[in-house]
Amino acid sequence: MSQLPKPDREQLRAKYPDVFARPASARLATPAMLIVAFAIFVFGLVNLDFSPTKLFAGLHQLGWITVMMIPPDPGSSLPIYLSALGETLSIALLGTTLAAVLAFPVSLLAARNIIPSNFIRFPVRRFLDSIRGVDTLIWALVWINVVGLGPFAGVLAIAVSDFGAFGKLFSEAIEAADRKQVEGIRASGGNALHEIRFGLIPQVLPVIAGQVLYFIESNTRSATIIGIVGAGGIGLQLAEQIRVLEWQKVSFLILMILVAVAAIDWISTKLRFAIIGQRAVA
Amino acid sequence: MTSAVSILPDAQLAVLNDAYRAAVARKRLRMTLAAAAFCAALIVAAVGAEVNLRTLFKFFGNFLSYFDRIFTLEDGTRVWTNPVEWFWGWRKWLWMLGETILISYVGTLMGAVLAFALNFFAAQNTSPAPWLRFTVRRLLEFARTVPGIVFALIFVIAFGLGPMAGVLAIAIHSTGALGKLFSEIVENADMKPVEGVRSTGASWLSCMRFAVLPQVSAGYASYALLRFEINVREASVMGFVGAGGIGQELVVAIRKFYYSDVSAILVTIIITVFIIDIGTGWMRGRLFGKEARA
Repeated sequence: MSQLPKPDREQLRAKYPDVFARPASARLATPAMLIVAFAIFVFGLVNLDFSPTKLFAGLHQLGWITVMMIPPDPGSSLPIYLSALGETLSIALLGTTLAAVLAFPVSLLAARNIIPSNFIRFPVRRFLDSIRGVDTLIWALVWINVVGLGPFAGVLAIAVSDFGAFGKLFSEAIEAADRKQVEGIRASGGNALHEIRFGLIPQVLPVIAGQVLYFIESNTRSATIIGIVGAGGIGLQLAEQIRVLEWQKVSFLILMILVAVAAIDWISTKLRFAIIGQRAVA
Repeated sequence: MTSAVSILPDAQLAVLNDAYRAAVARKRLRMTLAAAAFCAALIVAAVGAEVNLRTLFKFFGNFLSYFDRIFTLEDGTRVWTNPVEWFWGWRKWLWMLGETILISYVGTLMGAVLAFALNFFAAQNTSPAPWLRFTVRRLLEFARTVPGIVFALIFVIAFGLGPMAGVLAIAIHSTGALGKLFSEIVENADMKPVEGVRSTGASWLSCMRFAVLPQVSAGYASYALLRFEINVREASVMGFVGAGGIGQELVVAIRKFYYSDVSAILVTIIITVFIIDIGTGWMRGRLFGKEARA
């Protein structure tokens, strides 16, 4: 058995001073950050009227609500709920499609390799960012003011809020596209439109299709909630049943939403794999 | 200089050409069928959502004129000519905005702590038992799939009107979302340190603390910051159902047609979201930067 050479502590200490004697600022940074985070947390709890009595009373109440939710039961309104669910899915599909159609031309303006000029790109990007900064529910309220209550307001709300997101995602997909195809088109005498049509679109279309499918999936979720402010779909029924404390119907509606979301997830995953292949999962 | 491109004999070429045409035709047929199916789905959906293109174009004008109205003060001038009048309620709005940010902060932190407590059970490589993993995963899935605002609606009834319901709703939703992301980070972690720690006779808890946690903490912080960013947006609408924050002011302004107030509140929300995006982006850059250097 050979013995490891005894480490020369002094020499090591001289060689790696940072490891042996970390400066106080580095040692204290993490605890200090944790303490500050915790202090803000406590301040928030106090400021937002958290109290143990309120919490326990609420949890007690919540326990009751949960008990009353079982078993889920639609009563006699099952046909209404099913058609509301259909409406929700329609809102998600139409809203996302509309957003994608509107966002594609704008995303070309926001992509660096199409529009090298900062003067156009910068305002377009900020515009898209501002749209994304506003929640779908706010857009739904705005559209209700414009077109009245109903699913149409929901479609438009989803279309507008996704327009911002798609604009950004599409332009990133376009920026990630390979230059070589585009240059090939130009070398063979194509004009700018040809470059986009034959050089760019074949590359980005599968990516974009994957993203659109993913958004249809996530918009099924958004579409369930915009009904809460009156923009149609199953959320309207859900908010109503919660307000009149029909807990069995509430739990049934929540289950319906979960099943629908899971089904759409499954379908869109299959379709995404079919479009972009097994390897690249967006 | 001449260069010869070798051309195959006609018979061979015809076979290849036919195969090419058949392949293209198959692809086109598939595309057409997919497009037709998609269009059919769209038409069904349009009937279901009571949409037609004519109304869309009619209403699009209304939409634009709505924006015209929200950027006009009551005396008919544009809002930016008189910012004092436009932001007349800035004191109250900033206060509500502060409440919104606090709601999302407290909610995110609660959610992150809960997700942290649960994620080691949900990750494939660290979970102590398969049944535990299954239960925790379903739980997280449930918390993630039910929208935050639905939780808020129910919590408003259980806990009463006010920001507490909003905080708890955001906390539950964040637990679901972060729990999944956290467990994915853990699944990507290197297992060799874990084996090293276990070989010294350490318990499961020590393995997590000394072998997994140092690898994953930066990723956790990064995702938690990202979630905070999303939650600020989410908290801005919690007020719609009475769960605190700026949403309450906004919904009143929209419903009662206080046009210039709508734009003022929207602008403050958008600016806040920008600032928080940039701030958290900077912090995440620093976190990952530190990790890369170490």
